[in-house]
Amino acid sequence: MLGLIVLLPFLGSLAAAFVGPHARNAAAWLAGLTALACVLLLAALFPQVAGGDIVRLDVAWMPRFGLALSFRLDGYAWLFAMLVASMGALVVIYARYYMSPGDSVPRFFSFLLAFMGAMLGTVLSGNLIQLVVFWELTSLTSFMLIAYWYQREDARRGARMALIVTMGGGLSLLLGVLMLGAVVGGYDLDTVLAAGDTIRAHPWYPAVLLLIVAGVLTKSAQFPFHFWLPQAMAAPTPVSAYLHSATLVMAGVFLLARLWPALHGTDLWFWVISGAGGASLLIGAFSATYQRDLKGVLAYSTISHLGLITLLLGMDSPLALVAAVFHMMNHATFKASLFMAAGIIEHETGTRDIKRLRGLRHLMPITATVATVAAAAMAGVPLMNGFLSKEMFFAEAIVAGSASGLRFTFPLMATLAGVFSVAYSLRLIDRVFLGPVAQDLPRMPGEPTRGMLLPSAVLVAACLLVGVLPAQTVGPLLHIAARSILGPALPQYELAVWHGFSAPLLMSLVALSGGVVFYVAQSRRGRTFAPTPLLSRWDAARMFDIVNAVVIRGSGRVAGLLFPSRLQLQVLMIFLAAIVAGMLPLLRTGPGGGNLPLTTFDPSFGLLWLAGAACAIGAAFRAKFHRLAALIMVGGVGLVTCLTFAWFSAPDLALTQVAVEVVTLVLILLGLRWLPERLDSEALRRRTPRARARRARDLVVALIAGGGVSVLTYAVLRRSGAGVLTPFFLKNSLEQAGGRNVVNVMLVDFRGFDTFGEITVVGIVAITVYALLRRFRPAPESMAPTRFESRASAEEMALAHVNDPLPPGEFRIAAVLARPLLPLAGVVSLYLLVRGHHAPGGGFVGGLVMASAVIAQYMLNGTIWVESRLRVHPLNWIGIGLLTAAAAGLSAWAWSLPFLTALTASVHLPLVGEIDLASVLLFDAGVYLLVVGATLLILVALAHQSLRRPRKTVTPVAAPLEDT
Amino acid sequence: MEVVYALATGILAGAGVWLLLRPRTFQVLMGLTLFSYATNLFIFGMGRLAVHRVPMIDGGAASVDPALYADPVPQALTLTAIVIGFATTALFLVVLLALRGLTGTDHVDGREPEA
Repeated sequence: MLGLIVLLPFLGSLAAAFVGPHARNAAAWLAGLTALACVLLLAALFPQVAGGDIVRLDVAWMPRFGLALSFRLDGYAWLFAMLVASMGALVVIYARYYMSPGDSVPRFFSFLLAFMGAMLGTVLSGNLIQLVVFWELTSLTSFMLIAYWYQREDARRGARMALIVTMGGGLSLLLGVLMLGAVVGGYDLDTVLAAGDTIRAHPWYPAVLLLIVAGVLTKSAQFPFHFWLPQAMAAPTPVSAYLHSATLVMAGVFLLARLWPALHGTDLWFWVISGAGGASLLIGAFSATYQRDLKGVLAYSTISHLGLITLLLGMDSPLALVAAVFHMMNHATFKASLFMAAGIIEHETGTRDIKRLRGLRHLMPITATVATVAAAAMAGVPLMNGFLSKEMFFAEAIVAGSASGLRFTFPLMATLAGVFSVAYSLRLIDRVFLGPVAQDLPRMPGEPTRGMLLPSAVLVAACLLVGVLPAQTVGPLLHIAARSILGPALPQYELAVWHGFSAPLLMSLVALSGGVVFYVAQSRRGRTFAPTPLLSRWDAARMFDIVNAVVIRGSGRVAGLLFPSRLQLQVLMIFLAAIVAGMLPLLRTGPGGGNLPLTTFDPSFGLLWLAGAACAIGAAFRAKFHRLAALIMVGGVGLVTCLTFAWFSAPDLALTQVAVEVVTLVLILLGLRWLPERLDSEALRRRTPRARARRARDLVVALIAGGGVSVLTYAVLRRSGAGVLTPFFLKNSLEQAGGRNVVNVMLVDFRGFDTFGEITVVGIVAITVYALLRRFRPAPESMAPTRFESRASAEEMALAHVNDPLPPGEFRIAAVLARPLLPLAGVVSLYLLVRGHHAPGGGFVGGLVMASAVIAQYMLNGTIWVESRLRVHPLNWIGIGLLTAAAAGLSAWAWSLPFLTALTASVHLPLVGEIDLASVLLFDAGVYLLVVGATLLILVALAHQSLRRPRKTVTPVAAPLEDT
Repeated sequence: MEVVYALATGILAGAGVWLLLRPRTFQVLMGLTLFSYATNLFIFGMGRLAVHRVPMIDGGAASVDPALYADPVPQALTLTAIVIGFATTALFLVVLLALRGLTGTDHVDGREPEA
């Protein structure tokens, strides 16, 4: 049931995302019923919670790391969850009528429900890590909701600011929680709450506290992170009512009270938290007195009231904690209703500017009444709920003041904040509802639909009810909530309207009368709409923007330094780093002095590499002006490499290398045509001194790199390895996998998953090449006839002779000879594939051989001629190959074995003899098919580029390979 | 043999690095090819050099003496590296062709250097 409460809103969010963009009623019903279901579920759990039980749901996830999905419902969590769910239901009703038909309402409700789920998850979490995850989710959903009207610049800016501030705080919180978990030895909330003494005695305590408090202050918009909240007022008003007064911002103080048993009771706690709270209380209340924007007043007032709660928590006494929880509830009710009223006013008049609004009392009397009552609660007028918690606050200010040596500071601060609070409430009511009716409003207002008034009215009724009969209404709930934080030993307190004449009452009276006097004085002097004195010059939001801009520009500079835009410099830096990294092991051991004897030198091997080295160096110096020569020399190096593999007992590598050499050569030959002509000339060879210096630098780097590789290779070759892996594969290859060719067995069996990944990559690369070439536009000069051919006539000739038995051109004899090559190569490639398990061969080599045979047909007969006779569909080959390999792997599931487990069955066939039918052969066949497909797709797509232009003018006789 | 092998690997790597640092795409392509030869040889060399010890088991499964066979692990790794190397070479070639088509130059930065 507990899990359902958190799960339902997320499911609802998902569902709302899929109803049509204009199904506003469906989405609203969905959201409303979801919220209602959560309310009912919570109500059903109330008897258990009221009895003092903690309802739990634990799903172990990674018990060794103390991570679990854990929900935990005690009295305090119940109170908050109920607030979130019921407020959610009211806001949904309100939003249904607030949102205009042009808005995408399902998107709104989807985010709103997701937020509700995240918020419920936060308050119900029984594991701190999980709590942080939900906490971050609330930040994220809040971002989406503030930026709901994403086409508006201020919405985007406000959302961004809120996200950066709260996410930064979330990171800090995560760090604090991780340290807390390390201190306590677990993330379970109960463990942490029981370990208060251990935590306070630990040397990490200050760091833990400060990190967690930073998270709390950012979330609850407390000084010095308060600036994001007014900017977040760009959100739709239901969002402001729900997130930015009643729930999201309350998450910070919620957590502070939640962790109260674990963290409270030190000087640091007292000074940091009451300091931030006190500053927010005064700054918020003072600034609210000067705002012109209706929602701006409410935003600053929220900062101030949350500051009050924070201050109470910082005062560090059980009674203050009770007062804090009480004020959380009260603030949520009156502030949400005020936001709703503000939304109604904006909805009806088209403006939120207090300077333009006047006399709305005559046009919308019900709204005026509702708002006035709510504002009175905000000001702390008697018979309202705000009065009760404010009285408690005043009483605690006196107690805490005398206890901490701040005898006058706390009461004075409290009274001053009370004065401002009365002043801004009064100003709001006076400027908006009283006086003559404003004449220049964008729209002529009237009472809104009942759907908009109802939620606000319900909340106001709750304010009054609690204010008049506190002990009968909210008393039991508060008792249960306080008990679950403080334990059974609750302090004595009495919820009543009348306590007799006392110091707090005196402070209330001073605040009320002082507020009236302050407001009247201000408006007499015409300073009602002045910029906030003293504070307007220290606009935190602007400072945030400046810091933001500086950070972004600075990181741009650093990035420019670390990642230069020139590729050559980047490559150089990579090589320098690699050289340093490669040096480190050598510095430790030195190159020489290995334990392995040198193998006897064979002069022919030396000669072989003399040629190889000459080719490599030659290619390095010829690659700029003599591409073909460089390509041939690189091919020579490839051949020498291939012979080296064969020499040192690696026939599989030699086979694969020689096949790859062939296709690579064809590939690059096909590409050469599209590169710009560059003729060797004296003028081009003349170099500036800078270029010469650059070349010298590169030469040094190349020499060091090459020398380093040499030394490193030599050092390794002279030392014996650990020898752990190798014996395993050699011993188990025949016994377990039934194959004599260990390399192949490793590829298709032991490391089959790796190979599966690899062929997937090859397939993806081939398709990428194909896709890139579809949009390929060659440089104009490459399209002109080259020195060696007259393109147009060659195409025409090819088309004219497409039905001839032999293609036109000089290669007729070769073409005749190549024809039997295809079936022969096919047989050879299949032979390589089948024998691979026991002898050199396998799917990779087989596939490459087959592909080169097909390519030979293309080269000798011409693309047009070949494709009028032979249709290959490389994309299908790739797909079938990958599916075959996957099917071979999946076949193991039929025997309840893991993916890619090899299955074997020996079958005796007449004439052929014993044959091992193994799933690995099927797997290798998949590799074979994919390699054929990928190689052909790449080569043929490149070959097709020569046909690009003619295909636009002449309808080809042969259908092209694919839609190249 | 070890000396020759090590020198050969080093020369291929050095030539590859030199070409990879050059400004023209074709040079970089050739450099990439040479450098991957060097890398493959280097990885292959991790199995140490063994002549006439092909890792194909002959005889029964019970009597396998690891000392009689070359190390198959680097061979298997190198084999996949060779095929992947072909695929990346192809991709790089096509990217450099597209770059040339789009920008009209074969400089790696997509524009000719000033002065």
